Amino acid sequence: MNEFIFFINNVVISGAVAGSIYALGAIGITLIFSIMRFAHFAHADMMTFGAFMVFIFTAMFPGSGAALGIPTPILMLPIAMAITAVLAIGLDNAFYKPLRDKGVKPIVLVIASLGVTLMLQGIIRMFAGTSSRSLYIGERKEIYRLEVPMEGITRPIVITDPQIWLIIFAIVAVVALHFFLTRSRLGKAMRAMSDNPDLAEVSGINTRAVVMVTWVIAGALAAVAGTMLAMDVALQPQLSFFILLPIFAATIVGGVGQPYGAIAGGYLVGFVETLSVFNWSILLRPLQPMLPEALEVPRNLALVGTEYKIVVPFFILVVVLIWRPTGIFKGKVI
Amino acid sequence: MLANAPILNRLPVRETIVAGIVVVAIIGVIMAQGMTFGVRMMVEATCYAILALGFTIQWGYAGQLNAGVLGFLALGGYAAMAFSVPMNAAFWNTDLPQQLGWAIVRAVFYILIIIGVSQIHRLGVPKKVRTWATIIVAFILYMMMKSHFVPIASAIEREAQFIGGLGMHPLVGWLVGGLLAGVAGYFIGRICLGLRSDYLVIATLGIAEIIKAVMVNEEWLTRGTLTVSPIPWPVPGPGDIGFLAARSLYLTLTALVVLAIFLLLQRAYKAPWGRMIRSIRDNEISAAAMGKDINKRRLEIFVFGCILMGIGGAALTNFTSIFNAQGYLPLNHTFLILVMAILGGPGNNLGTILGAFLVYVIWVMSEPVALYVMQVVIYLGDMWFAWEPPGNIASRALQSRVFIIGLLITLILRFAPQGLMPEKVKHDT
Repeated sequence: MNEFIFFINNVVISGAVAGSIYALGAIGITLIFSIMRFAHFAHADMMTFGAFMVFIFTAMFPGSGAALGIPTPILMLPIAMAITAVLAIGLDNAFYKPLRDKGVKPIVLVIASLGVTLMLQGIIRMFAGTSSRSLYIGERKEIYRLEVPMEGITRPIVITDPQIWLIIFAIVAVVALHFFLTRSRLGKAMRAMSDNPDLAEVSGINTRAVVMVTWVIAGALAAVAGTMLAMDVALQPQLSFFILLPIFAATIVGGVGQPYGAIAGGYLVGFVETLSVFNWSILLRPLQPMLPEALEVPRNLALVGTEYKIVVPFFILVVVLIWRPTGIFKGKVI
Repeated sequence: MLANAPILNRLPVRETIVAGIVVVAIIGVIMAQGMTFGVRMMVEATCYAILALGFTIQWGYAGQLNAGVLGFLALGGYAAMAFSVPMNAAFWNTDLPQQLGWAIVRAVFYILIIIGVSQIHRLGVPKKVRTWATIIVAFILYMMMKSHFVPIASAIEREAQFIGGLGMHPLVGWLVGGLLAGVAGYFIGRICLGLRSDYLVIATLGIAEIIKAVMVNEEWLTRGTLTVSPIPWPVPGPGDIGFLAARSLYLTLTALVVLAIFLLLQRAYKAPWGRMIRSIRDNEISAAAMGKDINKRRLEIFVFGCILMGIGGAALTNFTSIFNAQGYLPLNHTFLILVMAILGGPGNNLGTILGAFLVYVIWVMSEPVALYVMQVVIYLGDMWFAWEPPGNIASRALQSRVFIIGLLITLILRFAPQGLMPEKVKHDT
């Protein structure tokens, strides 16, 4: 049964972790898409920026989280969320709003967001260099080993501290977003604007406020996702190009403009990714005695090697675009 | 357009000024850095001009944004390498080619089976059953295919490093490179062109990363991180006739290619075909009402642009004479070209070529300038605040170029969305 534990460690936990990160990113992209009708390519770099802010504050006050019994990066996360939200509003005012006011095609906004991507990346690289860093400064990344009290199981389930935090944050964010969108006035205005911007404006909804709130939510969630990714792995400035594709795949799979779809899409992409790089022969090997002699379980039954992980979200994207371009949840914009 | 000027009865003032700036900039670089450097820069600029022309017909003619120029460029580069590098005797003298050939035959056979299974609904099988059957068969055959290829690939890597080239004339590689890029573009275009334009950006971005990942990891095909060099030139190399002469010959070749492409594009732009393409871009619905097959035309132009990118990539890689899959970077090989096209004027071929030269000169010179500025900053910081600069200052100075290119893109979009030389649409009165 150790193989089963291996499966939980390598698929269930890492799939949930990757899925949470993708979902948090995809919510932001899908909200921006539904309000402003363009694909925001600078989102992954907003994630890196948020993580970078956490890194700076953690480096300034190392070990300050110990007083509360939490890791310092988690303590610094709200500050980074606020800064990233302000950055998002600033970027909108400086680069996207003038273009929107001119009434350009959405694709021009996409180019602008590519430009913003490079600018953010340039800033981060100028200050942080290109090397990868750990967000745990003078602290230890707690690793929990949960023994499973069952016969024949010797290996523990391994889960790290940031992974638990990530899953908690993802759940809190999703629940809060749900209540915001369904209960609050502003949330309802947001849904109205995503359905029909002209009608929303005519009926007296403050579209400027809605746009601002969209950026605040997107920026804050991007900071969470980026920090969690950086805590789980490491802070790397060039991470953003690799995470862009899974996030967009998640957005489109879930249906563009559908926040719940983005969450579902995020976890779908995350789990498919980990399932495809998982070596299935580990699960099949215990069955070898039952199989006939001629049928030998190969040593490597992974669908794709880890070096081709990036192919998985692309494949999902292509499949969705061919069969159901509106996504699972019937997105509005195709 | 230059040729339109007599009709409009005015001198091409703007064109002359932009061309003048480009010439002055090039002369400045030659004076500062010497002739051989200047010619090298011009060769690279002409290669980039081919790439930018490919980009501009996609973006300027048809409104398709290709964010994965890198991938098509790398395909061209790979073809240039694979066709011109000498045959690898260590590979061809073993039985590995035979094994590889059989594996390929098997793969083709498997693909035929999958296609066959996907058509069984014609025999009366329900469509749902067909879909699941296809998925399962494709899955099993894919795993079998993988198990055939993996041992052969590692045997090739072990015994011969990589399969080597074909030892043909490099120009064959250029053409095949264009073809390869065109085929890749065809599949991407088939999937994305009927949908929102944003999806094409995402898909091209993805395919570029994938092409790069394949080239870095499939060592038996590309020698991976070990890189392949030297790639023979289509003209006599520096070893035979000296650096300056060889580079000048190469420059002649690339300049001729740019000229040929430019003239063809000008003709196509003014021909009924060009008018049709522009009408689709500017008003899709009325073009459709006139009975134009929009998706087919879009695909046509996308593939055409990708072919040019493949050729440009082949020319560029061939010139550097080294095939390094990891050397293809989004900044240098996608966004730089984007800046060239939107600065020069999307949809304006002459503007794009001049934009390519101008941006490339700025790009080349930005490296020493960034280092110099950084040194001044360090000097001042040291003098005024006794500041200890971090060690890797040189590499960080180069990162500032990432920022500059991004800033340039956003500034152009905001203040000069038509570029330096806007596209002039001739209206019949």
